[in-house]
Parts: sequence; structure tokens; C-alpha cells
Amino acid sequence: MTAKRKRILVNYCALAFSILSAVAGIAFLFWILWVLVSNGINALNLDIFRFDGAPPGFAESGLRHALVGQLMLALGATVIGVPIGILAGTYLSEYGINSKFSHFIRDISDTMMSTPSIVIGTFVYAIVVAPMGHFSGWAGIIALAIMMVPIVLRTTDDMLTLVPQTLREAAAALGAPKYKVIIQIVYRSAKIGILTGVLLSIARITGETAPLLFTSFNNNFFSSNVNEPIASLTVTMFNYATSPYEDWQQLGWAAAFILTAFILGINILGRVFIQRRRKH
Amino acid sequence: MKNSVDFLFENLTKLTALFSLITLIAIMAVLFSEAFPAMQEFGFSFITDDKWAPNREIFGGYPSIVGSLLSTLIAMLIATPIAIGIAIFLSEIAPKKIKEPIGISVELLAAIPSVIYGMWGLFYFAPIIRDIFGGNGIGMLTAGIVLAIMILPFIAAITRDAMNTTPDMLKESAYALGATKWDVIKHVIIPFAQAGVIGSVILALGRAIGETMAVTFVMGNVHRVSLNLTAASTNIPTTLANEFAEAESGLHYSSLFFLAFILFTMSFMTIFIAKIYFFRKIRKNG
Repeated sequence: MTAKRKRILVNYCALAFSILSAVAGIAFLFWILWVLVSNGINALNLDIFRFDGAPPGFAESGLRHALVGQLMLALGATVIGVPIGILAGTYLSEYGINSKFSHFIRDISDTMMSTPSIVIGTFVYAIVVAPMGHFSGWAGIIALAIMMVPIVLRTTDDMLTLVPQTLREAAAALGAPKYKVIIQIVYRSAKIGILTGVLLSIARITGETAPLLFTSFNNNFFSSNVNEPIASLTVTMFNYATSPYEDWQQLGWAAAFILTAFILGINILGRVFIQRRRKH
Repeated sequence: MKNSVDFLFENLTKLTALFSLITLIAIMAVLFSEAFPAMQEFGFSFITDDKWAPNREIFGGYPSIVGSLLSTLIAMLIATPIAIGIAIFLSEIAPKKIKEPIGISVELLAAIPSVIYGMWGLFYFAPIIRDIFGGNGIGMLTAGIVLAIMILPFIAAITRDAMNTTPDMLKESAYALGATKWDVIKHVIIPFAQAGVIGSVILALGRAIGETMAVTFVMGNVHRVSLNLTAASTNIPTTLANEFAEAESGLHYSSLFFLAFILFTMSFMTIFIAKIYFFRKIRKNG
């Protein structure tokens, strides 16, 4: 066989492997999506939004408690995590810029982002749940907020860096103090970017289960008291799916479908925002 | 007046910038101090002891630690070549029409919560493994494969982005010399995108080590080290997820915190290596 032939053969083999792996990988991923959609749509009905958790076999069972709990957890984490993340990102982009301290904080944020979420759960257990003596919504909110800060920080930092320097200089030349330049000029022109980052970070923490397992724990009843254990879609899914009862498993699929639809919806929305920004 | 508001705002932002640093240090300190009783009781033999018997107050972390390393290894061995194959397909082979939709769906799949992968693994994938390899479908092999599928879109998306940064000029020069597509991929694109590819693989490794929900469903939580990959097994996140909320004795808690501390150290080392690697690359290129 000539060298040229051999090269062409190797070429075909390598390309075939690559196409094959792409087809296999993508097939698996779509299989998962299909399982989720077909089971989810089967299990979806209005009762899910009307009733709370019930013992297996009860007709009047739903996910209202988990939906409300999830909403409270996500909202609480957003209220705590987003302001801290935005302000911290502001410091990196507007004050620290390329200082050693700023680079160090960026590295630390990346490290925090890849810290296993279950480790954050154990940490919050030690500092919140153990001293309080019981699981609580607060603990879950704190765990999620800790995860949210570095995500919001990085996107804010990136988005503010994109704001043209001349805008800042123009405002400063008019005599505006630096905080006014930041709040009225820089924030305003990076508005959509920051909003997208915040939305994506909400999507990200909404899908988290591990940090909630021993912080907000779970609750099969409706509770809007943040001082008590609170149900979340993800932990409810985990408990229902691993239970031997068919109707609970069905509710688990419904929860999975709602959760994924919400998260993918936000991701698609974020994409649309970013693309619109690019066009302007 | 102006100056004082400016001063306040600057220091407020500076303070919040310290938040992640403070939490990171606090995590280290709290995990260490909570794990300390177990460290005192078992010392280094915690890492090599394979008995885990909460009712007799004996705790050895070996099965969980080996389980974490093994499940991650299986996941990386499967995911890395397939993900790079997907990336090559998306950046070099796929026709323009399907490039974008498939690329976007891969990115969206990376956003699906891991608990979904776990649930799919339990109901749909475990029975298949059971039918092919025997056992009851729950165990290290299933967990490793589900983990691999979970990190697949993550590696593929970053690797594709890195490959897309290869200048067309370089590729065209190679084609002009008579290179085949694979020659170009092997000798031009992969060397050019190397930092991004290795970086994404290391980051995915960090994710796989700490991932809880994708594996907890299908791992089985049995503390034993077995060469039989289809037997129920455990790893650190699975042990934590299953036992933490129900631990009774102080020593049990402390041993679980010891495991959490070891897991934290592993993921910290991974990201540290990734950072150094990236940093060196950037310095070399810049």
C-alpha cells in the first residue's frame, strides 16, 4: 500500500469514528430528552398544581408544595446572591481591573464554581442546620446563594468589561463621580448582559439537588415558613423517583418535566437576549 | 459629600468581592474542624480501611474514595474520545445546515440538571446494563456511564469552541500541501486547540468527581470495593447523599465530614492544576 493510500484510509477511518461518536453521543442525549418529554407529558395534569404531596395511592396528590417551595428557595437565593455577585463583579471590572487582587478573586470564584455542590451542602449543614437544631428553608437559601455569587460575579465582570472605556471617560469628563458613572452609565449599557447572567444563574441553581438534601431537606406538606424544612422540586423528584410507588414515580416525572422546561426556557431566552445584543 | 459616597461604594464593592474568598476559607476550616474527631480517631488509616459499619462505630473511607476515583475514571475514559469526536464533527465535518442546530442542542443539554440524568439512568439505562452484563443493573459501571453521558455535552461544547478558533489560513495552508482532513485535524487543529481541549477535560473531571445526583440513583450505596463493576458500590457523594441526613452518632457525622473534606481537596486540586495549566499556556502564547 502506498503512503498516500494509507493516509486516505486513515482519514476515512478517523472521520468515520468521529461521525459515529457524534451520532452515538447525540442519540443518547436525545433519548434522555425524549424519555423526559414522553413521561412528563403523560404525568402532567392540572391536579399537580392544585394539590400537595400525599401518601402513595391518594388520588388528590400533586406538586403544589414543591413548586411553591422551589420558588421560595430560588427567590431567596436570588435576593441574597445577586446583589453580592453584581457588586463584587463591579469591583473587579471597575476598580480592581487588572490588579493581582482582582485576578486572585477571579481564580477563587472559578474554584468556588467547581466546588462540589454536595460539599457546600455539608458546609451549610455545619454552620446553619446544626446550630439551629433543625433543617430549614433558610439553610437551603444560603446554600444556593453561596453557589450563585461566583456565577453572577463572573458574568457581571465580563459584561462590564465590554462597556466601551470612552463612555466612562465622557461621563467622568462631565464631572460625574465614579459611583454615578458606574450606576448610571456602565450599569445601564450593560443592563441586558447582566440580566441574562442573572437569569442563567437562577436556572443553574434551580436544577441543584445535592446542596438541598440536608439543608432545606424535604417536606411532603405545604409550608411557606422559611424556618421549617421546605420541599423543592429536585429533592421531591429524588424521593419520589426512588420510591417503589408508581403514582409517586409519575409525579417525579412530572416534576422533572416542569423543572427541565423551566431551565431550558430560561437558557433559550438568554440566548435570544445575547443575540439581540450582538445585532445592535 | 461626593467623595464619601464614592468611598462607601468602592469599599462596599470591595467587601462583596471578598465574599467568595471568605466562604472558600470558611468551607475549608469548617470541614476540617468537623472532620477532626474522625481524623483523631482513625488517622490516615481512614483512607485505607475498607470497613464501614455505623452500628459498630467503625468507619473506613476506602470504598468511597476508591469508588470516586473509579467512577470518575470510567466516565472520563468513555466521555473524552466521544466528546472530542462530537467536537470534530461539529467544527469540521458537519454541513453548515445542521452545524448550528446540533451545536445549540449540545449546549442546551449541558444545562439539563444532573438529577434528570440520574432518573433516566435508574429507569431506562440500568435495566439495559442488567440485561447485557448481569447483576441488577445498579453499580459502578452504570454510574460511570451515566456520569460520562452527563459530562459529554460539557466537554464537546468547550472543545468545539476551542477548535473553532483555529485560523482558516492555517487550515487552508495544510490543505494546499495535500493534507487530508484528518491530517489537518491531527496536525493543525488539535495542536492549536490543545489548551482548550485539555482544560475542558480537566474541568469536566472536576465536575465528575463532585457530581452527586447523576450517580446516587444508580450506585447502590454499598460500602465495598469490588472488581466486579456490575455490583452495587459507592463513592463519596453517594455516601454523603444517603447517610448525612440520617447519621446518628457524632463519629458517624465526623467521618462523613472527613469524606466531604477529602472530596473538597480532590476537586480543589483538580481546578488548581487546570488553572496552572491555563496560566502557563496563556503566558507561552502571550
